Amino acid sequence: MSTTPAQPPAAPGKKINRIGLEPVAYRGGKTTLCAGCGHNAITERIIDSFFELGIDPTQVIKLSGIGCSSKAPAYFLNDAHGFNAVHGRMPSISTGAVIANRKTIAIGISGDGDTGAIGIGQFVHLMRRNLPIVYVIEDNGCYGLTKGQFSPTADLGSTLKSGVVNDLPPIDTCALAIELGASFVARSFSGDPKQLKAILKAALSHRGTCMLDVISPCVTFNDHEGSTKSYSYVKDHEEPLSDVSFVPYFEGIDVEYNPGTTTAVTLHNGSKILLSKLAEDYHPTDKMSALRLLHETTARGEYATGIIYIEPDKQDFIDLLGIVDEPLASLPESRTRPGKAVLNEIMESFR
Amino acid sequence: MSVTDVAVQESLPQPRARRIVNDFAIQAATVNGSGSQTANMVLLRSIFQMGVPVSGKNMFPSNIAGLPTWYTIRASAKGYISRKKEVDFLVAMNPETAKEDVLTLPAGAAVVYDEPLKLHDLRGDVVFYPVPFDKIVGTITHDAKLRRLVRNMIYDGVLSRLLSIDMGQMEKALRKQMGKKEKAIALNMGALKAGYDYAEADLTKQDPFVVEPMNKTEGLILIEGNAAAAIGCMMAGVTFVGWYPITPSSSLCESLIDYLKKYRKDPETGKATYAVIQAEDEIAALGMVIGAGWMGARAMTSTAGPGISLMAEFTGLGYYAEVPAVIFDVQRVGPSTGLPTRTGQQDVLATAMLSHGDTKHPLLLPASVAECYTMAMDAFDLAERLQTPVFVLSDLDLGMNNWMAKPFEYPTKPHDRGKRLDAETLKRIGEFARYRDVDGDGIPYRTVPGDGMPAYFTRGSGHNELAQYSERADDYANNLDRLARKFETARTLVPKPEVEMAGKGGIGLIAYGTTHWAIVESRDQLKNEAQIETSYLRLRAYPFTPEVAQFIDRCDRVYVIEQNRDAQMLSLLRMECTPAQFAKLRSIRHYIGLPIDGRSVTMELLNQERAEA
Ligand SMILES: Cc1ncc(C[n+]2csc(CCOP(=O)(O)OP(=O)(O)O)c2C)c(N)n1
Ligand code: SF4
Repeated sequence: MSTTPAQPPAAPGKKINRIGLEPVAYRGGKTTLCAGCGHNAITERIIDSFFELGIDPTQVIKLSGIGCSSKAPAYFLNDAHGFNAVHGRMPSISTGAVIANRKTIAIGISGDGDTGAIGIGQFVHLMRRNLPIVYVIEDNGCYGLTKGQFSPTADLGSTLKSGVVNDLPPIDTCALAIELGASFVARSFSGDPKQLKAILKAALSHRGTCMLDVISPCVTFNDHEGSTKSYSYVKDHEEPLSDVSFVPYFEGIDVEYNPGTTTAVTLHNGSKILLSKLAEDYHPTDKMSALRLLHETTARGEYATGIIYIEPDKQDFIDLLGIVDEPLASLPESRTRPGKAVLNEIMESFR
Repeated sequence: MSVTDVAVQESLPQPRARRIVNDFAIQAATVNGSGSQTANMVLLRSIFQMGVPVSGKNMFPSNIAGLPTWYTIRASAKGYISRKKEVDFLVAMNPETAKEDVLTLPAGAAVVYDEPLKLHDLRGDVVFYPVPFDKIVGTITHDAKLRRLVRNMIYDGVLSRLLSIDMGQMEKALRKQMGKKEKAIALNMGALKAGYDYAEADLTKQDPFVVEPMNKTEGLILIEGNAAAAIGCMMAGVTFVGWYPITPSSSLCESLIDYLKKYRKDPETGKATYAVIQAEDEIAALGMVIGAGWMGARAMTSTAGPGISLMAEFTGLGYYAEVPAVIFDVQRVGPSTGLPTRTGQQDVLATAMLSHGDTKHPLLLPASVAECYTMAMDAFDLAERLQTPVFVLSDLDLGMNNWMAKPFEYPTKPHDRGKRLDAETLKRIGEFARYRDVDGDGIPYRTVPGDGMPAYFTRGSGHNELAQYSERADDYANNLDRLARKFETARTLVPKPEVEMAGKGGIGLIAYGTTHWAIVESRDQLKNEAQIETSYLRLRAYPFTPEVAQFIDRCDRVYVIEQNRDAQMLSLLRMECTPAQFAKLRSIRHYIGLPIDGRSVTMELLNQERAEA
């Protein structure tokens, strides 16, 4: 991630970050989502995270599919280019965009329907490629924008407001992402601001695909008794795996921690994630153990939250492609149109 | 050689003195996967090297091995390169189709066939040359696998003798085809020679067909349309390719990958100045292209009909979000198992109007390999200039067959990167509004992420000039009207048609793409056989430029000739016609999966003219 540290003079009484921007520079349009919608809380944490990391908004692209959740990019980072794509297809748009400009910082917002149903194919292939992007599923177990139908992440036996029971098993997007090759996989809850912000900041500092499944209750269609994605159900069944704290490289603090109870993960830019274990058997860098943990907590009807799996050094898709360091999008004609001799050579081969 | 074979040859219908020089079609009927491709290419090249205009058309099955394929080579002193309706010289190697292949020949044709097939009793009005391929191949190699591979080369040797195709040219063509594989060359040369020797010793020339050297191919190249398009894309400076394999378009991206690997590495770092991604499907392929195009890359994909169907939603998004994208559609017929290896022009309406809501898209219509090359470059310029998806409609016949062409010229125009906002323009126009028509041509200015210019939010059709979300009726209608204005600008930028008037107009013909080559021949037939002089307009793009309406106005009636069932281009024309123009339009269609031929056009046109009278 490229961030340009600068030391602007701090205006007295004004909160500014390390590149001299105020929080307002990270805000977007006014939300049009329902009051109390979990998605709004996630938007706030996204704003905080970008601000606190001091990322230049003009270097960011924000993308989404279609759904209430996918409207969110309009509500943060006004100075970043945004792309509200078509339903379930944000991964492909992101793939083209990030490859075209490898310097960009991409954040994609999706819903559980946008990802788990219509978009599952593109989701699968995005995870496989380990494209550098922070991919957030704002997961409410239903289709908000089309008025409350079940989505593929709805739990077995949970009910709609009308009483209809879901009789199909859910897709666990975290387990899927780990299985498929994502190098940073986390689950969080829109009602847990501290954890969510720490995870987001860590994700924004990781290079590779970060898949964040954030449970985000839909107050209008899925917050009732019988829902397993309601505020009260998730509060009661959230099982944090660790206390997540994030230490960005630019703070340069020598953090002290107890290696017996805390796992420290160093990211490519020197930032550190400190995970002080709350759960037994929590090994976030071990794929098998991460998957086992997910299956066990799900079987108990709990949501394991936190950074579930991280592979800090995995090669990302951009590196794999072997492309030039400059953005492909801005290469001049002199570097993209071969000379006359090349054409002659090719023509000769067809004589 | 058996007694019956001699008997067959003795009962010849042809007077021996007649000679037909450089004007006939050879068809090799083989089984796919049997290595016939090399034999056919060598045959095609040898005739080409003798200076005789040729065209080669491969009719192959959607299968890897074991099904019938036919390769037709036409030699034409006059330079006709469309399919010839009749086959004059058949090489019958496939037991399964041999009988029907023979029965459909015109009287006076000749047949080289695998002796055990015993075809000579089928009819008495064609010449038969039985050749014991297995016996001959047995003298060349004992390896069963190699025998299978060189068996077809024997018929090249036989034809060399029977048709007077120079053996030196055969060897040269073989070397060209095989590269540096000396062992394989020696083996194939053995087969060629053996075929030649057999024909010399055991067959007596009884048919009239002969190849004689000319000088009509000097300096020309032989190339497939897909390779030509790939070269065009590379010269257009493509930086992003997203694709999903499908016949008949795969070889476009595959050739492109080869060229990019070779010629588009950064000289200093050795790193690629492009990215090619094989996507999970065509939806993702176009999604990636739109993502890359939005970011400012020159991005393209290539597909065929089934992929076009999948790309519908994204194409509409590209139209409304105004993102450049280049989409090659190498047309084939039908969905699913619908003759994926047969040709047609059946995606015209589908691409022109692709997606839902009010959408329409520029189409470029290459007729030749040269246009595959130039229109590839045009497509990128237009896509960026117009900020919209642009389709290039090739077809299987053009994309996958070999065509003669003059070597392509190096482009003289620099890339047109379109209206990108910069500091100077921003100062001039005052405020950045992504979808505002500042210049009156319907084309707004755009910024791309990371360019230091103001950001905007990209979404579908519900936005105002400032790219803000809007469901207001006036915002929506204004935007639609501006997009229509932009399409009018496209009309002034796309390649103009080629027009040839005969006198005041008279009978006019309109055609496009590969249909052109049948028209060239049909017009000569109409003139020479029926004394009908025709005017001709070859469409090269949609939207139609003013020349098209002028042409219809000047003609008494106009036949629109195309390779689909429902007269798709005619329908597009009708949408823009005055009632008077509408009344003049007639239609000739050809949709059998094989390339259209001149004779069919001539016959159908004369039929309709008789009805008119
Ligand atoms: C191709 C297509 N099919 C259907 C729709 C209708 N649609 C819009 S949003 C949506 C579901 C969104 O659900 P989810 O992704 O969970 O987001 P939420 O609204 O719950 O945040 C559907 C089915 C569409 N926009 N496009
Ligand atoms: S309907 Fe549900 S998901 Fe949509 S904005 Fe309202 S609360 Fe949020």
